[in-house]
Amino acid sequence: MLIFADILSSTILFAVPLLLVALGGMFSERSGIINIALEGIMIIGALMSCLFLRAMDLNGWGALHPQLAVFLSILVAALSGAVFSMLLAFASVHLKANQTIGGTALNMLAPAFAIVLTWAIQGQGQTTIVIPKWVRITSEASQDVFFNRLIFKSLYLTTLVAIVLFIASVILLYKTRLGLRLRACGEHPQAADSAGINVYKMRYIGVFISGLLGGVGGLAFTVAAGSGFQSQVAGYGFLALAVMIFGNWKPLNILGASLFFAFFKILASYSGSISFLPDFEGVKSSEYIYLMLPYIVTMIVLVLTSKKSRAPKAEGIPYDKGSR
Amino acid sequence: MSEYVIEMLGITKIFPGIRANDDVTLLLKKGEIHALLGENGAGKSTLMSVLFGMYQPEAGVIKKDGKPVKINDPNDATALGIGMVHQHFKLVEVFSVLDNIILGAEDTHLGFLKRDAARKKVLELSEKYGMRVDPDALIEDISVGMQQRVEILKMLYRDNEILILDEPTAVLTPQEIDELMEIMRSFAAEGKSILFITHKLNEIMAVADRCTVLRKGRCVGTVDVASTTKEELSRMMVGREVNFSVEKAPARIGDTVLKVEGVTVPSRTHKKNAVSDVSFEVHAGEIVCLAGIEGNGQTEFVAALTGLEKMSGGKITLNGKDISHASIRERSIDGMSHIPEDRHKHGLVLDYTLEENMVLQRYWEPEFQRHGFIRRDKVRAYAQRLIKQYDVRSGEGPQTITRSMSGGNQQKAIVARELDKESNLLVAVQPTRGLDVGAIEYIHKQIVRERDAGKAVLLVSLELDEVMNLSDRILVMYEGRITGEFDPKKATVQELGLYMAGAKRQDGRTGK
Amino acid sequence: MKNILQKRGVISLLGSLISILAGFLLGFVLLLVINPSHALSGFENMLLNGARDLSKFGKVLYTAAPLLMTGLSVGFAFKTGLFNIGATGQYTVGAFFALTAAIQFQMPWYVCILAAMIGGAIWGAIPGFFKAYFNVNEVIAAIMFNWIGLFSVNLALNNMPMMLANAWKQPVKDRTGSLGLANPDAILPKLGLDEVLGSYMNIGIFIAILFAIVAWIILSKTTFGYELKACGYNRNASLYAGINDKRNIVLSMAISGAFAGIGGAIYYLSGTAQFTIVKTLVNMGFNGIPVALLASSNPIGIIFSALFVSYIQVGGETLQPEYAKEIIDIIIAAIIYLSAFALLVQNGIARLFNRSRDAVSVRKEGK
Repeated sequence: MLIFADILSSTILFAVPLLLVALGGMFSERSGIINIALEGIMIIGALMSCLFLRAMDLNGWGALHPQLAVFLSILVAALSGAVFSMLLAFASVHLKANQTIGGTALNMLAPAFAIVLTWAIQGQGQTTIVIPKWVRITSEASQDVFFNRLIFKSLYLTTLVAIVLFIASVILLYKTRLGLRLRACGEHPQAADSAGINVYKMRYIGVFISGLLGGVGGLAFTVAAGSGFQSQVAGYGFLALAVMIFGNWKPLNILGASLFFAFFKILASYSGSISFLPDFEGVKSSEYIYLMLPYIVTMIVLVLTSKKSRAPKAEGIPYDKGSR
Repeated sequence: MSEYVIEMLGITKIFPGIRANDDVTLLLKKGEIHALLGENGAGKSTLMSVLFGMYQPEAGVIKKDGKPVKINDPNDATALGIGMVHQHFKLVEVFSVLDNIILGAEDTHLGFLKRDAARKKVLELSEKYGMRVDPDALIEDISVGMQQRVEILKMLYRDNEILILDEPTAVLTPQEIDELMEIMRSFAAEGKSILFITHKLNEIMAVADRCTVLRKGRCVGTVDVASTTKEELSRMMVGREVNFSVEKAPARIGDTVLKVEGVTVPSRTHKKNAVSDVSFEVHAGEIVCLAGIEGNGQTEFVAALTGLEKMSGGKITLNGKDISHASIRERSIDGMSHIPEDRHKHGLVLDYTLEENMVLQRYWEPEFQRHGFIRRDKVRAYAQRLIKQYDVRSGEGPQTITRSMSGGNQQKAIVARELDKESNLLVAVQPTRGLDVGAIEYIHKQIVRERDAGKAVLLVSLELDEVMNLSDRILVMYEGRITGEFDPKKATVQELGLYMAGAKRQDGRTGK
Repeated sequence: MKNILQKRGVISLLGSLISILAGFLLGFVLLLVINPSHALSGFENMLLNGARDLSKFGKVLYTAAPLLMTGLSVGFAFKTGLFNIGATGQYTVGAFFALTAAIQFQMPWYVCILAAMIGGAIWGAIPGFFKAYFNVNEVIAAIMFNWIGLFSVNLALNNMPMMLANAWKQPVKDRTGSLGLANPDAILPKLGLDEVLGSYMNIGIFIAILFAIVAWIILSKTTFGYELKACGYNRNASLYAGINDKRNIVLSMAISGAFAGIGGAIYYLSGTAQFTIVKTLVNMGFNGIPVALLASSNPIGIIFSALFVSYIQVGGETLQPEYAKEIIDIIIAAIIYLSAFALLVQNGIARLFNRSRDAVSVRKEGK
């Protein structure tokens, strides 16, 4: 039974970055901006927060106040992601540049910047920023009990923060004035404009929120991956885009989609230790079959749900106030 | 106190290269219904957008109750009590009626929406003015007339005292128009002032107190409606006598060209059929008009007829050949021309040059290609001939990027292309939408000429005037069915209206 | 009207030049900030290294070839309104097909290239198929198939013992056998060019340029290209014109994939590179995106942008060890980001021209 606790725990651990980043993408697209730069935003968020954690580790403060330091690093991740995302907002809102091109440039910029900065700070060839041990939340409780195992196998503050951010996202999107206005701008910016709403401002806010969430998602990915920050997030920014579409731009569906995807992803690492899963005798390196699985399953689900899929109508189209 | 609630003095609005408004003055009295008359492109909408804060004028002053005001955006306009219903509704389709009404004027508590209070206010308003709406319905699920009510409720919700209505009757049946006018009168009786954009003279005579006429961005004058005539107004609008009826000889009807039997098309948005069991014939040498209110299946029917969409039942015969399942190209080869409803969506590739668009359906013909390579010189020569023959104007001739052309010339290009094609059936969907009187007259003449040359013409139009003037036979479509057939010389607009609104139907038109 | 066209060209060239200059300026500032003492020499090396001697220039041409192909892949799709982010998967599958033909079936190099073309085309057509017939966003589908492609290739290679290096007298088995040992016939001919331009040099770059010209002819001269572009600009209008838009989307993605696949073949048939089994996507495929964007997706322009990117990348290698060579990527990213604005400025100016002319014709009509 403990193995299921492990699987569940890992699923949640990897679902968290997907959830956060896909929610970020949702806010951006709901305001009308296609945010293909999520990958880059994650990298910048992870870079800055890992550098912060490193600094806190080196000066000894972090080990004394571990979770406070992690909390501060989450703020760093959020802010740096948001600041970086403003580059996309500026290009697509004010300069009305092609959003895909702008986003691609940022995706290229982020990992290069991360490597250059990591080198510059850590010295030649030192491309990995190590995550301090004290980041993980540990417990004295026995690891042989199902629930203890489930919760404390790999618990990080990012997971708890993600739960809060998820609830906040739902409320923000559906219950507040900001959410209503944001959604209007992604669907029908002309209508929003004629109702006195500043479409440009709303789109900046949408991208800003996606930067906040994307940045935290970058940190969440790095702690989940476990081998330190290596100037990349393994394509999770793009996967989050798929999760967002899979989740039909709705927070609850996105939560489900990220858990679904993470579960299939995790299955690969446990495929050898679960007896009832086929082990494909005669096939060498059958792990690759399991590694492919989440992508194949996602493709199937996308095909099945594509009829119902409904993107924000005005996404990707620059809004020109003066146009006739 | 000034006599006027709103004074727009010497307003000039310049778009790159165009003076949309040139020294226009408009004075609005409290409690009056004031019509703003002009052709398409005369600058009516621009002037109202200036008043509503969507555009900033280059020159001129706006006064409210005698005091100069600056209206920088719609928020300023709302603060001054000015509200506007745009010609194309500004409603978010996937939002509820309630969310659309409160959008931009939300009452909140700590940032949270107070939807319950808003719902109460909306229901009170709709009760008071007899405009029933379901606050929780989604906009995409309600009729166009209902959507207009939502737009009007939006203004009432904001306690607007000055109401601007941009072409409010274009999407309504004659009966709905009467209702709207009743509502407008009750607003005016309450002391609200109404500015009402239109190019329909009958409506002005029926409901307006005064009328300001614009022509090519300039103000021609303001008249009391009671002391003027339709003829006078039309002369002011176009600057010359207008011949309202299209001159045409009696139709010489020939063989059946198009035969439609029991055509049924499923809807994309709801479970019912968009078109149910439609049957009729069009003969050579006649113009048959499919009339109806927008959204009653005309678009879907044309899509099925031209092959853009698949039908679920029925049969279409063109020149004796069954084309029910033929591809778009096969239909084109078999003699069908199609002036599409939306020139930007279907009619043109805007990023292509004019010459590339001129061969949009014919680029593959031997005349224009050899071994898969486009014969540029032939394409250019052909485009040049059409440009000359149909007087299509553009900056760089055949090499103009189509996007940069004016709407009228884009439409002319499509008309040229479709009329020049070897065909004996012309399907023209709202061919004059958004064009000025000169271009409309021109296109009408071309269509009549095609008829006289022996082509069969199926005209789909929402403009009753166009329907009455141009057609030899009228079919009314309501909720996807043909509900009546008329001779334009015998039918009246009122009678057509009853059929268009579904209040009447001829027995035996649609059997099932 | 000719002078306006000329002006447009001048404006666009000027815009690109300004973006490139600004990108380099940013790069120089970065060098200065990170390590001021080496900044000037580093910058100079970066700019000039690719032209220092013929063997360096040979290296520029050698890396430019696969870049050109992936750039062409992305650019061709862009021209037809599709964003092919799947070039990396198509590149990988193409490389696998080429190497299978080379090692497993002992085929000569031109057959290997043909195989790569087919492999890439299949891997491009699949997301195109999902886009056309199931309305799945091609970006998402391509991302999924990048990973599926990578893992499929890994799985296949692990189950084809003959393909791996340890079958060809090399001690490792995490990569494909060296072609020099496995099948010298599959190595791209060098035609003696290597004697002048260094051992890297082969005919890859000429193959790539040939395909760029083919792409240009397809797009601008043929009815097929006319149809593809019409679909890209306005899918509804192409439908109205009787064009089979679904088929064209699949074809466009297949062609685009074929280009990327050929890129994979050119790289791995050089004889120097061996395909290594890893769990991360190959960067070469993604690098095609900036190459295409720098050239506004014009196939002829892509020849030059691939050479440019390759040139400064070769230059960038000299930045190490003082700096990470990724500074080059920052410069390229900055240039793309800025050129998005340059395009805007051009369009703005062009629109102004057109509007004023349009207004004149409107007034004429009025009279």
